[in-house]
Amino acid sequence: MTVESVVFYLFATLTLVGAIGVITMRNAVQAVLCLVLTFFSAAVLWMLLEAEFLAVTLVLVYVGAVMVLFLFVVMMLDVDYASLKAGYTKYLPLGIITALALFGGIYWVIRSEVFGVEQMPEPAKHGADYSNVTELGRLLYTDYFFAFEVAGVILLVAIVAAISLTFRGRRDRRGQSVPMQHQASKEERLRVVSMESGPRQDGQEKTEKKKRIRRKKGGGS
Amino acid sequence: MSLTHYLIVSALLFSISVVGIIINRKNVITLLMCIELMLLAVNTNFIAFSRYLNDEVGQIFVFFILTVAAAEAAIGLAILVVLFRTNKKIDVDELKELKG
Repeated sequence: MTVESVVFYLFATLTLVGAIGVITMRNAVQAVLCLVLTFFSAAVLWMLLEAEFLAVTLVLVYVGAVMVLFLFVVMMLDVDYASLKAGYTKYLPLGIITALALFGGIYWVIRSEVFGVEQMPEPAKHGADYSNVTELGRLLYTDYFFAFEVAGVILLVAIVAAISLTFRGRRDRRGQSVPMQHQASKEERLRVVSMESGPRQDGQEKTEKKKRIRRKKGGGS
Repeated sequence: MSLTHYLIVSALLFSISVVGIIINRKNVITLLMCIELMLLAVNTNFIAFSRYLNDEVGQIFVFFILTVAAAEAAIGLAILVVLFRTNKKIDVDELKELKG
């Protein structure tokens, strides 16, 4: 057995064990951790297939972001996970029969007479000067550039949808509206009042008032 | 390692996740995780064929599947949180509000 086949069998077994753990664990946190194990060992399999960029992406994006999100949600929600799991043996025979039929059908298509070593020989390994990232980047930013942009839009939609679904603040809150501020025109804010111009009369009025008051007081006494 | 080895691994992964969906049909969290497993199996298939056909376009496809799966997981978990906030439980059998 070569080193490659040892690595393959080891991590393929880990992948499948992790997947079985995901669907059988009674504890939600343990199930998520099993899923992390599955993703890690699948990343090793991808590395064997010389998809280095995607293997690293799987670990970074999936294990680093999506699985942490799963863990957050699972730990945040106070769900009685065991009662949800109860009675799952009821459907186990049906599930196993379905899975066996499915796997049998798939195996008929992919058996080694169809995709074996003779029919599909493994291509030569790339040399040390080959860069998977360069190759993928060249394809992504030339032939598949439009699809790449659409993927960015999909991520934006996901952000907006996730935030608007879980937003808990008041929606009628009085906040600063930047577009309205920008659209404000001079006519809305400023009123020009035309007044007659002339010398100030304030001083004279005051003295007249004082005189009037003095006169009133005198009349009363 | 021939192509069949990798394809069998991903077929087994897919079958396991189908079993998971059938036996855990009450639990939304496990359903989401099984969908992630299915996508992983499909991605492994794509990468294996990309390697053995010596064509990198399969890896581009996996890239986009990863993007969409991440978006799907984020929205799915957001819906799950809202569901738990309104119903205090996430049992799929209890979701009959739209049944009429």
